[in-house]
Amino acid sequence: MELALTLLLFTLLVTTAIAIVFMTRLFAVVMLSGVFSLLAALLFIVMDAVDVAFTEAAVGAGISTVLMLSTIALTARSETPTRTSSWTPLAVVVLTGSVLIYGTLDMPNFGDPTAPVISGVAAGYIERTPSEIDVPNIVTAVLASYRSFDTFGEVVVVFTAGIGVVLLLSGLGRRRRRQGGSDR
Amino acid sequence: MNDHHLILRVVARILIAPIFLYGLYVQFHGDFGPGGGFQAGVIFAVGFILYGTIFSLRQLRAKFPDHVIHRLMAVGVLMYGGTGVLGMIFGDNFLNYGQLGPYPIAAQHYGIIAVEVGVGLAVFAVMLSVYYAFAGRSGSIDDKDW
Amino acid sequence: MEQFINLEFVLGHMNYWFFVVLMMTGLYVVVARGNFLKKIVGLNLFQAAVFMLYISMGKVAGGTAPIFGDNPDYVYSSPLPHVLILTAIVVGIATTSLGLALIVRINEVYGTIEEDAVLHQDHLIAAEEAGVTPRHIPGEAES
Repeated sequence: MELALTLLLFTLLVTTAIAIVFMTRLFAVVMLSGVFSLLAALLFIVMDAVDVAFTEAAVGAGISTVLMLSTIALTARSETPTRTSSWTPLAVVVLTGSVLIYGTLDMPNFGDPTAPVISGVAAGYIERTPSEIDVPNIVTAVLASYRSFDTFGEVVVVFTAGIGVVLLLSGLGRRRRRQGGSDR
Repeated sequence: MNDHHLILRVVARILIAPIFLYGLYVQFHGDFGPGGGFQAGVIFAVGFILYGTIFSLRQLRAKFPDHVIHRLMAVGVLMYGGTGVLGMIFGDNFLNYGQLGPYPIAAQHYGIIAVEVGVGLAVFAVMLSVYYAFAGRSGSIDDKDW
Repeated sequence: MEQFINLEFVLGHMNYWFFVVLMMTGLYVVVARGNFLKKIVGLNLFQAAVFMLYISMGKVAGGTAPIFGDNPDYVYSSPLPHVLILTAIVVGIATTSLGLALIVRINEVYGTIEEDAVLHQDHLIAAEEAGVTPRHIPGEAES
């Protein structure tokens, strides 16, 4: 059952991704990327990552679609097809892909309970959370207590990116905006 | 300009309050179920963005001006860092909550709630100010433009 | 070689290969398409595929979401990848918005968001500053 779901979702994901490659209308591209995020969220639920699915659905299908639509509104509606040959990129992609697949051959099987990701430090967190933190959601316990230093770093990165956007877009440039640049 | 958006406006009016409630639920129920500061911040920002897109960005910016939202970004990060420093003041390591409450598990809970609120504030403010920055640049767009 | 005929091995690694295919689709969009917004969407595809790879590594067969339930016999999937990816998604949208802001600025200065056209204008400016008449300009020759 789980395998069938994974296969179905993967088929949909690949279809969406390929549609994104060939679509030239940017509006459709942005909408498809929102669809891709929702499908990814479904896949995360199948793989037990409810928190991640939640975040992906809220961020990928919500905020990022809004931001990309705003960008389209400010820039261009469609893409001019690239004139350069697509064989070099294809070769690069196939080569990188085969190297990556070669790399996965050493990985433990999907769902293997003896995999280091599962039996290593994570098992310790699951074991210690009830006595040390007593929070039902282990993800929250790891995120905000055991690894709060990491999370602090992430929050600072988000903050810095926010400042960067504000500096780029709400700074002095607004008054000196070029005529004709926005209606292409 | 909004005449033909009647359905959108009616639906948005019904949805906005539950979105905020849900954001609060996700923020403070994150210890027990899926959720937490990151998701709650995004959901809260989505509520504001929905209002700004469908009703009036100008009114939204008048009620929640840019400089307030920009300060909120810093407040969120400082709240997170401040919780860590508070732990140091009570004689523990940075971001170690053990001394913040009457007994260790309560202390952990206080610490986690404080930190999650900081995360939520920071993410909310960043998302909203990014939206302000983008939406503030574009004039009104005609439906035919797409 | 016989491990490739082993069904258990193939089923256990199929997920990872799926994600590599998705990742490479994203990479292809980034490399082969000249539109900056589409490049960002391609990066997002790539990023989402990496997230899926991480999450699939933390899955335990027969496990459940890492939220404590009433039954002590539950097996929980590894929470560690979930934590990493959860924060990475939010960092991802923050950096994506930074990229989009750069696109908006590029459009204001160059009047286009196509890589070829931007490079073409750059070469024109460089040639003008050097005081030479450009003989061969990349991007124009093909047109």
